[in-house]
Amino acid sequence: MSANTAMAEKYRNNFLKEIEEQVEMGDWVKMCMQCGVCSGSCPTNFQSAWEHPPQELFMMIRAGKREEVLTTTSMWNCTSCYNCIVRCPRKLPITHIMHGIAEYAHRLGVAPKMQPTRFFSGLFWKNATKTGRVNELKLSMGLYFKNGFGAGVKEGMKMKDVALGLIKAKRLNPFEILGGHTCKDQKGIQAMLKKAYEIERSRKAAKTAG
Amino acid sequence: MTEHVATNETILVVGGGISGMTAALEAAETGKNVVLVEKNPALGGRTSQLYRYFPKLCHPTCGLEINQRRLKNNPRIRVLTLAEVTGIEGGTGNYTVSVRVKPRYVNENCTACGECAKAVSTEVADPFNYNLGTHKAAYLPSSMAYPQRYVLDPAIIGTPEADAAKAACKYGAIELDMQEETLQVKAGAVIWATGWQPYDAAKIQPYGYGRFKNVITSVEFERLADPHGPTGGKLLRPSDGKEAKNVAFIQCAGSRDENHLRHCSRICCMASLKQTHYVREKYPEDGKSTIYYIDIRAIDRFEDFYQKVQADPSVSFIKSKVARISEDEQGNPVCWGVNTEGYKRYTTPHDLVVLAVGMEPSVKGVNIPGHIVADSSGFIEADPANGAVFGAGCASNALDVNRAVQSATAAALRAIQVVNKVAKAEA
Repeated sequence: MSANTAMAEKYRNNFLKEIEEQVEMGDWVKMCMQCGVCSGSCPTNFQSAWEHPPQELFMMIRAGKREEVLTTTSMWNCTSCYNCIVRCPRKLPITHIMHGIAEYAHRLGVAPKMQPTRFFSGLFWKNATKTGRVNELKLSMGLYFKNGFGAGVKEGMKMKDVALGLIKAKRLNPFEILGGHTCKDQKGIQAMLKKAYEIERSRKAAKTAG
Repeated sequence: MTEHVATNETILVVGGGISGMTAALEAAETGKNVVLVEKNPALGGRTSQLYRYFPKLCHPTCGLEINQRRLKNNPRIRVLTLAEVTGIEGGTGNYTVSVRVKPRYVNENCTACGECAKAVSTEVADPFNYNLGTHKAAYLPSSMAYPQRYVLDPAIIGTPEADAAKAACKYGAIELDMQEETLQVKAGAVIWATGWQPYDAAKIQPYGYGRFKNVITSVEFERLADPHGPTGGKLLRPSDGKEAKNVAFIQCAGSRDENHLRHCSRICCMASLKQTHYVREKYPEDGKSTIYYIDIRAIDRFEDFYQKVQADPSVSFIKSKVARISEDEQGNPVCWGVNTEGYKRYTTPHDLVVLAVGMEPSVKGVNIPGHIVADSSGFIEADPANGAVFGAGCASNALDVNRAVQSATAAALRAIQVVNKVAKAEA
């Protein structure tokens, strides 16, 4: 049994408990009184329309809808505007919970692979941690070519005026494509991140055991 | 009203609303001497500002009239209006209370004939109608005012208007040289019945109270419905005077909210359910009410009242706390939110939005002279550390009229026990 399936066994039919233990700030979920102010205050809810607004996600967690919650794209739509946190009558840290659920779904490997926010987050992380510096050219190109070569070229052409403007203003260096600039102590950065991973892993293991 | 010397066996009641009147009467009718202090020019408090009571939908005039009659007939109660407590010294059984009395400029000769008001043209804000309108600077606080005496607003004192009012009075009731005075009152026990104030709706920023004229509070709605109110009992919206036929009620406006009032104010659900009756009463053909709620808390035995309103086809219930209000080009307030039943979005315009504002204890933020133990919302607790200062009515909890009266009676009993002990010690 892998670590993940063992964990799934532990929490069988007790998704709320799983969220409370595994998700950052997850122990707040039970405090929701379903008033709906978060959903009504969410700027993305009235435009691109979440499949499940935060209030509904909380209810689904309590109802044990594990599959639906972890695989939905909803919490990935959060733009961190913090409107919900400001207005929540029970002071739930809703924005943080949304990020927590998203991170947990990602950790389990069940998050929707091509959801743009999730895709971009992964791309950004790899890009930034590799050299200790963000290579903006590679980052934006990576996002353009997310849906294949043809779509990437099309998207690139659409944005070419912006790119030229940025180059003229010296905000974008086309030679970054050849590797780009790095930080002085790349090894130090890698060691630091490795240590951080270790700390996080041991903390989560302690929580699960406890 | 018989003047009497206050002693350690006197009970001082602060606040002359339904709770304070009840506590004063209950104590006086057992033979205790009572001083009743009210900061407004007339007794009755917020109860007198209601159009109707729930659940029977009778007029507050009725209950208040009975109490006023009891007051008038009881020589043991001394009523001080326009009076505020500024300091309490001493302890259980032996308090000395400072009371500041503002001038009314009208003495007991007043017959409430109204000639002074006719002689005066200056208009001042009318707090009885929550400042929705104005009244003359020589005025009777309300039609039910007790004492039934006119008041001159300090704004006209020293102007020819005041002299005109004096000249118009046939009974020599107007005394323009009345001065503010401070009295020292001795008391064995103090009943603190200063009631509540509506939560400041402007603090609930997303609802736009103060920015949008057609977003009003539940207490203002009571005045609109009252025939003695600023619109003569017509439900007209403030922006353009249009008939408000499609009215939204927003529950928990300030209550049950860690950012505003922590507590459930208890009365607001019943108040809104009651107010849907006003809409139907005024517009029986096409009046429409919508209640936005988290959950309806029809306190006590009032579930049947709720069920009757639910059965009314002109009233719809939407299980959702409105997230924000905007205003469209016609000046209609638009409610934005997500309905918890089905998680569907709505953006719904109404003629008028009524915020069912919560109850904030009047003691909150006010420096009650002396040490008082209050809960996290500011309501006075029944705590031995408070000595013989007892909270009554809405100073002690969020209560409806019925429960406020019960609470006031309980406070009167506690105060009576204290002064009985004092009497025994002195005998």
